[in-house]
Amino acid sequence: MKSSEIRALFSVVSRPEVVSLAGGMPAVTALPLDAVGSMIGELVSGMGAQTLQYGSGQGDPRLRERICDVMALEGITDASPSEVVVTVGSQQALDLVTRVFIDPGDVILAEGPSYVGALGVFQAAQARVRHVAMDEHGLIPEALEEALADCRANGDRVKFLYTVPNFHNPAGVTLSEPRREAVMALAEQHDLLVIEDNPYGLLGFEGEPLRALRARNNQRVIYLGSFSKTFSPGLRVGWVLAPLAVREKLVLATEAQVLCPPSLTQYAVARYLDTQPWREQIKTFTELYRERRDATLESLAALMPAGTAWTRPEGGFYVWLKLPAGLDAKQMQPRAVNAHVAYVPGIGFFADGNGQEYMRLSYCYPEPDQIREGVRRLARVVEAELDLHSTFDRVDTGSFRAVRGIPGHEAPSTDSGTIVGPANSDTYEDR
Amino acid sequence: MSETAPATDPADAAERHPLRAVILAGGLTFEREVSLVSGTQVVEELTRAGLDAELRDADAELLPGLAAAPADAVFIALHGSTGEDGALRAVLDLAGVPYVGSPAAACRLAWDKPAAKSVVRAAGLTTPDWVALPHSTFRELGAGAVLDLMVARLGLPLVVKPASGGSALGVQKVSRVEDLPAAMVSCFAYGDTVLVERFVEGVELALAVIDLGDGPEALPAVEIEPESGVFDYTSRYTPGLTEYHAPARLPDDVAARAAELAVRVHEALGLADLSRTDAIVTPDGEVHFLEVNVSPGLTETSMFPMAVEAAGHELGEVLTQLLTNTAAR
Repeated sequence: MKSSEIRALFSVVSRPEVVSLAGGMPAVTALPLDAVGSMIGELVSGMGAQTLQYGSGQGDPRLRERICDVMALEGITDASPSEVVVTVGSQQALDLVTRVFIDPGDVILAEGPSYVGALGVFQAAQARVRHVAMDEHGLIPEALEEALADCRANGDRVKFLYTVPNFHNPAGVTLSEPRREAVMALAEQHDLLVIEDNPYGLLGFEGEPLRALRARNNQRVIYLGSFSKTFSPGLRVGWVLAPLAVREKLVLATEAQVLCPPSLTQYAVARYLDTQPWREQIKTFTELYRERRDATLESLAALMPAGTAWTRPEGGFYVWLKLPAGLDAKQMQPRAVNAHVAYVPGIGFFADGNGQEYMRLSYCYPEPDQIREGVRRLARVVEAELDLHSTFDRVDTGSFRAVRGIPGHEAPSTDSGTIVGPANSDTYEDR
Repeated sequence: MSETAPATDPADAAERHPLRAVILAGGLTFEREVSLVSGTQVVEELTRAGLDAELRDADAELLPGLAAAPADAVFIALHGSTGEDGALRAVLDLAGVPYVGSPAAACRLAWDKPAAKSVVRAAGLTTPDWVALPHSTFRELGAGAVLDLMVARLGLPLVVKPASGGSALGVQKVSRVEDLPAAMVSCFAYGDTVLVERFVEGVELALAVIDLGDGPEALPAVEIEPESGVFDYTSRYTPGLTEYHAPARLPDDVAARAAELAVRVHEALGLADLSRTDAIVTPDGEVHFLEVNVSPGLTETSMFPMAVEAAGHELGEVLTQLLTNTAAR
């Protein structure tokens, strides 16, 4: 099945009959929409001269200060607003960093699986992605070391490690504290640049956020942040925190792309952070997502057939599910669409064609009842697919010789023109 | 082709009373995206022709919407089960809403590809040998034995496809026996019954039939030349991946046989107004029926509009005439 077919199947997802566990859309209706609305109205009526005007390529200075406050929540206390570049979502930040560092043929190390939007950017830059294995504690340092050694042995130029350490998209796992230390030690040892992409870090369900990689090393880590999950994805405000020498290049690159990030939405975010109870709002979001995560995990445990496995996210949006042996999530997709449930097949999260047996389930958008119904449908789809595989797997075609031994029943060649009646009498009237 | 020219000048008709047409597109099938493109195209053509054309999805709003603002005629640009299995048309019959195209019972027959092949063969037309089986048969009798029988009787390569559905979704050509089980698994994801056909080497044709009031008439055949060699979903809907020749580059006698086959299929299955038969013509000029579509695609890269154009008609005129005829029934 090609990507165009996947797109076609996805076109039904917008219909209300379909439970979509596919998209990663934040629950923006949980925002105080009236308050945000009047805030934005005032920004135009009271400050239109600034908010409707071009701004600085690097981004609004006031917003960059507030971004430093936000990053302090994850242990980044030494960041200066001058090191921050505001971008059109962190997706643009990723594109800028890739443009600045990558030449065609360069190698990027990335978790396997990896964020599909990053893989798209890397592919456009003609980089080669080498995946590094992860488990329930995130990226495996030994696998990283092995990948680095392999690349060195092959003479490959590794430009950076791209990692989503918190509540990974799509894997749902978080890089553990000891592994954070180990990864940064390896980076130091191998002179490796790390791109830390952290859109979900403040959306943890349990305990305090873990210290960012950037908090441990301010020269070797470029940090990407976003307001898409903590406030609104529609405003398209993200940022990159980079050492000054890199920041210069990023500003030149962003000016070439967009001149400056949108003024109005930058002011909106800054004003929101200044005047609204944004930390309490993040708590509201995480409570809502936790409830949806619980509905997902409880339903999966109750309904999924044996042989299915999944991650247990402690924050963020995603569960990464492994199907019973032999099943292919992409191949199963038409059956799921027929059953009115949608997911994202795992193969899209790998640059090397792996991941057939995986799927990503998003619990961020549907209500808990819809999630339970969606998982119920998905479980039936998996069961039907298992039934199908039990019929066709390990089939030894060619072993059934009897028909060829029947006198007068020689197999016709393909061009013989022999008319052979169909075996199904329901669909054929032999006249 | 002059005898198929529209009998009523649509511009005149529109001046007298702009006909209100509701175009159904979308639906809850794999072909939703294609249908929405088809439906939008139809609305544009009809609006240009002076009709009052509105696009609607086939959802819970449809029947109340049609009751509140009745249409003179409905055009079904839904593909896949919603538009083609006859169920929606049966409901429109219940509601007394006139629609362009084949009646519910005929659609049900055409939608079931093995059943349609049976009717077509019984009518004396050629169609590749086939067998259609549900998953349960493989499970009960043993997949290996059944697959081996298929290969023994039908030979290789085989074409494996869902017994219903369009846009070539789930269709695979299988050349090696060891690839058959995987092809079956992949095909059964689309539906409960697979149709396995003997592969016929030749040129693929799309044979459009329209009936503007004087009986069904075949439009010039459209010849399909996919760059990849396989006319799959991607080749169908990605502009530039397939070269089309309208009319097809066929000797006159073969073109006449293809046209006759399309009209006879249209009649044998009891179809009305418009249809598109997909066929293969072998190097020796034999035309094989593959399947028929009661709601042919009307996108930019679809074959039905190409055939209309090759016949010297305007798509908007033809659609207007079909809607006008339907409203007058």
